[in-house]
Amino acid sequence: MNKALDNEFYQLLHELQSVDFVLVELNLYLDTHPMDANAIQQYNHYAQLRQKIAQLYESKYGPLQNFGQSYSSTPWCWNDAPWPWQV
Amino acid sequence: MWVYEKKLQYPVRVSKCDPRMAKYLMEQYGGADGELAAALRYLNQRYTIPDKVIGLLTDIGTEEFAHLEMIATMIYKLTKDATPEQLREVGLGDHYVAHDSALFYQNAAGVPWTAAYIQAKGDPIADLYEDIAAEEKARATYQWLIDITDDVDLQDSLKFLREREIIHSLRFREAVEILKEKRDEKIFY
Repeated sequence: MNKALDNEFYQLLHELQSVDFVLVELNLYLDTHPMDANAIQQYNHYAQLRQKIAQLYESKYGPLQNFGQSYSSTPWCWNDAPWPWQV
Repeated sequence: MWVYEKKLQYPVRVSKCDPRMAKYLMEQYGGADGELAAALRYLNQRYTIPDKVIGLLTDIGTEEFAHLEMIATMIYKLTKDATPEQLREVGLGDHYVAHDSALFYQNAAGVPWTAAYIQAKGDPIADLYEDIAAEEKARATYQWLIDITDDVDLQDSLKFLREREIIHSLRFREAVEILKEKRDEKIFY
């Protein structure tokens, strides 16, 4: 697996962080505005987009989540650096 | 149940080794209005708050752990190349002899984190007002941290965290209104 922190890594990470920010914002907003159908539609739209970006990220840079939420190649690659504070 | 995600919520970059700033940032790591206190405060309040607000406390409490990781990253990056001599010069000599370069849950003055920072009154309105106050105090602290550094990369991440405090405060205020509406509902039999 290519773990070199090239430009694409930072670009893809940034894309993921951007979409996840939209999702956190919509999530908190919906917690207090549960009837806003428009916002729910946006939330579901970005949740789908998020999956696509995360899948692409993981195929290049390894699993994002533990406990079976992401697949692993062989050998087990969850332990591989870099960890978030190392990039 | 929690699941870890191997990325920061928002990028953390620093432009220089600055152990003095790392010391100041500990206020938001293990201080009274810091991210650890925030995460534990909200998640702990969930068990006695009305159902309508549990989701919000869960989500904001979870986001606080992401912020805690960002603060940890800042402290780590600002100190990882510092010599014992440099640490001593900025008042981290005491920290060094007890912890080497390990992070520790303490405030900027070196006072260890305590559960006394967290209120849990069991009264939903009292608890939510406490949460709003905590967010406003954290927002103010982030402003002082931004003001005290000239590292523009660090300021960028701190500004993100400052803005999150504003949103959290707003959401908690809305939660108060939701509970008030429910309380004022007339019950007909």
